[in-house]
Amino acid sequence: MSPRLMKALINGLLIGAAAVALFPLLWMLSVSFMAPGEASALPPSLLPKHSSWANYRELFVHAGMGRYLLNSLLVAGAITALSLVFNLMAGYAFAKLRFAGRERLFQALLGALVIPAQVAMLPLFLLLKYIGLINSYAGVVVPAMATVFGIFLVRQYTRSIPDELLEAARIDGAGEWRIFAQIVLPLLKPIVVTLAIFTFLAAWNDFMWPLIVLTGQEHYTLPIGLASLAREHAQDSELMMAGSVVTVLPVLLLFLAMQRYYLQGLLLGSVKG
Amino acid sequence: MTCGARPQRSRRSLWLAAAIALCGALLGSCAPAPAGHELTFWTIGREGEAIVKLLPAFERAHPDIRVKVQQLPLTAAHQKLLTAFAGNSTPDLSQLGNTWLPELAALHALEPLQARVDRSAVVQPHDYFASIWATNVIDGTLYGVPWYVDTRLLFYRKDLLQKAGFDAPPRTWAEWRSQLAALSDPSQHRYGILLPTNEYEQLMSLALQQPEPLLRDGGRYGNFESAGFKRALAFYVDTFKLKQAPAITNVEAGNPWTEFGRGVYAFYLSGPWNIGEFRSRLPASQQDDWATAPLPGPDGAGIGVAGGSSLVIFRASKHKDAAWQLIEYLSQPAVQQQFYDLLGDMPPRRNSWEGGALRGDPKARAFREQLEQVKPTPPVPEWERIANEMQLVAAEAIAGRLTIDQAAAEIDRRADAILAKRRWVLDHAQRDPAREPTP
Amino acid sequence: MNSQRSAWLFLAPALVVLGVFFLLPVLAALALSLTDYDLYALADIRNLRFVGLGNYWELLQRPLFWSALGHTVYFVAVGVPLSMGASLGAAMLLNSPLARCKPFFRTALFAPVVTTVVAVAVIWRYLFNTKYGMANYMLDLLGIQPVDWLGDPHWAMPTIILFAVWKNFGYNMIIFLAGLQAIPPDLYEAARIDGASSWRQFRHITLPMLKPTMLMVGILTVSGYFQLFAEPYVMTEGGPLQSTVSVLYLMYDEGFKWWNLGSASAVAFLLFLLMFAVTVLMVKLSQRGEHSDGEPT
Repeated sequence: MSPRLMKALINGLLIGAAAVALFPLLWMLSVSFMAPGEASALPPSLLPKHSSWANYRELFVHAGMGRYLLNSLLVAGAITALSLVFNLMAGYAFAKLRFAGRERLFQALLGALVIPAQVAMLPLFLLLKYIGLINSYAGVVVPAMATVFGIFLVRQYTRSIPDELLEAARIDGAGEWRIFAQIVLPLLKPIVVTLAIFTFLAAWNDFMWPLIVLTGQEHYTLPIGLASLAREHAQDSELMMAGSVVTVLPVLLLFLAMQRYYLQGLLLGSVKG
Repeated sequence: MTCGARPQRSRRSLWLAAAIALCGALLGSCAPAPAGHELTFWTIGREGEAIVKLLPAFERAHPDIRVKVQQLPLTAAHQKLLTAFAGNSTPDLSQLGNTWLPELAALHALEPLQARVDRSAVVQPHDYFASIWATNVIDGTLYGVPWYVDTRLLFYRKDLLQKAGFDAPPRTWAEWRSQLAALSDPSQHRYGILLPTNEYEQLMSLALQQPEPLLRDGGRYGNFESAGFKRALAFYVDTFKLKQAPAITNVEAGNPWTEFGRGVYAFYLSGPWNIGEFRSRLPASQQDDWATAPLPGPDGAGIGVAGGSSLVIFRASKHKDAAWQLIEYLSQPAVQQQFYDLLGDMPPRRNSWEGGALRGDPKARAFREQLEQVKPTPPVPEWERIANEMQLVAAEAIAGRLTIDQAAAEIDRRADAILAKRRWVLDHAQRDPAREPTP
Repeated sequence: MNSQRSAWLFLAPALVVLGVFFLLPVLAALALSLTDYDLYALADIRNLRFVGLGNYWELLQRPLFWSALGHTVYFVAVGVPLSMGASLGAAMLLNSPLARCKPFFRTALFAPVVTTVVAVAVIWRYLFNTKYGMANYMLDLLGIQPVDWLGDPHWAMPTIILFAVWKNFGYNMIIFLAGLQAIPPDLYEAARIDGASSWRQFRHITLPMLKPTMLMVGILTVSGYFQLFAEPYVMTEGGPLQSTVSVLYLMYDEGFKWWNLGSASAVAFLLFLLMFAVTVLMVKLSQRGEHSDGEPT
């Protein structure tokens, strides 16, 4: 095959793949501006005849989407902030502090990764019922405040910090907390950003646990609200597409803005420990 | 966590303080609001939209009470209610389908209401349809006040029936079958009736018309292999086999109202709220083309399911008196008539039928007639699940994977398994008199 | 000594959270699966019975459990190879020196990964609508009969698989891309000088060099695909005729719809055992493969 033909073939395939990947998202955006019923027509219409914000207005005024959006921001934000603190501390300890049983404990944590989270869900529900956290933001946030994956990621990255740096500070009489806050944290900035994006996206997109623990509409996050709307408004495709846009757009934009950090974390996390 | 540790450096305590403050803020933000009388009121399906129009008058009359309405989607409502109970997050009061009432009563989730009814000047038990009121009494204790009634019957296209040579809607299954046959033409995508294969209410209505009960031995075992149930199941499945109904779910059916208007279906077996839907969704020119009729029975006028929703107060509520005031308000005949005007939900009190738009409404007459002839579903907590399984098996029979006998046996097998714990609890309670029997 | 203590203080918050909200519930789930904890027990704990392995025994006799297992295995067995194939293909295209605008294509192909499952599942539900969906319209243009994608028990799971592949392939694509870039170019150079065809280069350089990555990606993808839940929840509600009920869907229904927490825990544990067994099997197989791969073919 001639190089020119090869080049055309490869780029043609890429364009095709990108079209398949993006078409549903672009279609969603377009339909969200259509009038009710416009998308349910033959042949399917690709662009709105008269684009309008009516579906969005309906969502925010009548369907409570604003509340869901705020809930999602609050829950994902809180999970990100708290789990960052907890995971950073633990990951740093596993990488740089000496204590009895360090390696064994870390291996045990990694071993726990084979247990799917769903196994814990049923008793966790009963536990949270006992503490009184069912149908509260805390019910979603508290169990997510630390993750093995986050600890692992921080540990991997922290190991690249030279021990001499920390030893020097210790000799100067700095306490462990000060070393962590003033020396280690600034060096960890890239991984903090990476982990923050990762956690935020995962928390934003999480479905099963919030579905179980958030029993009241006032606490719904976007995916739960959207799934519930989808069951009630199955025939209103235009409205549902607007709902999907509201749900997907924030994370998609965040990803586009921070792509480099995200992909870096993805690769770091997939290296075997 | 780290709260017990002795702070060594100010920076560290700062960290701790920040972490604790964060946790605290987080937890604090979820604590229930201490408001004096904020009632949380759960509604199911479309009732929520209508109820908010009735509430301002109530709140004006009771300035100290604020009502927060939350609308549960119908498909998720049963699960949401159980989850709320399991998670100690029940509302103050709720609309509750009367087939679900035994379940929540068995969980001791509901507040007994007899004493309040006795004192009430508004809620008069004898004014209610007797079979409907009875569904709220579980083992002698009253747990709910009927709010609206619901029974399934036939919506039909008068014009299509006439064109096919039928002057009246069917009174018996045999008549129904011949009308369905005349009105179906699968090659033209025309069917006699729409029976969504994932809704159990239609089959259940047919099954309740049989003399045999659906469960036997005090709700200990399924009774689906009875001749009566098999007759109902066979009639139901035959309707699909004869292509008089398409084998689709309500998800695929899309918009049943326009399809009914277009004549895709001549019959539609559904509930009273559809009077309002058809009035608003079909053009004015078509309003005389449709009507309602009581359900045909195997050999004569048929029985319908004693459905509907009641208003219940949850045991865990801190505002029971305020909740009762709201129930009394919603039970006034004048308010119930308003409610009917808004939504088409039919009142459970004979008095409420005496005035307003209901009085002379020809489309509502069939319901009034049917309501004197209704039968409740078995009052066991497991009923919702059994009905679900019944429908899943029936759908297999529709798809031709099971014969009628196999399907009936399978439903019995599943029902018996579901009822196993109930049998144990009942037997256990008898052996051990110290324990409170669970209904 | 002091450093030991501060180490534990650093660890404490995370360990407490993981211990209380993960480890403890997992152990409790094991205990729960040996009881008949249900609504009656929720109302009054005296209605709780210890049933030993009864829940497991009943599950193994329940056709729905086996069909849920079958659907899940179907989803994994078809979905994972398809998904990994798509990932590898896309990664090789992106890695080709002839490809243009690589950053754009990389982002475009990755975009579905970061979207919310529920939201995009809703989109697919409309795209694959039998009457008005774009998918059937395209088939119609090609002169193919319309397919009842989500309404036909035979098509519903393939549709969900298509959706999952579309949604997920970008993730592994990035990992494969990194793996491909780590292969020393002189290996290919030497092969070209020997006159090896592209296929032989792929077979004898790319695949062996990518093998560790493939194994890891395979294990992660398999365990992810075993946890199928949101897709059928949103797209089909487990239907039609329960043909898309997965093991987790069954667990959710059993546990959080009907509140049979005992038997739902048993479902969860059986799923865990299955995932564990499959992972071990994959590791074992790849080790055995290593020995036989040594000989030239």
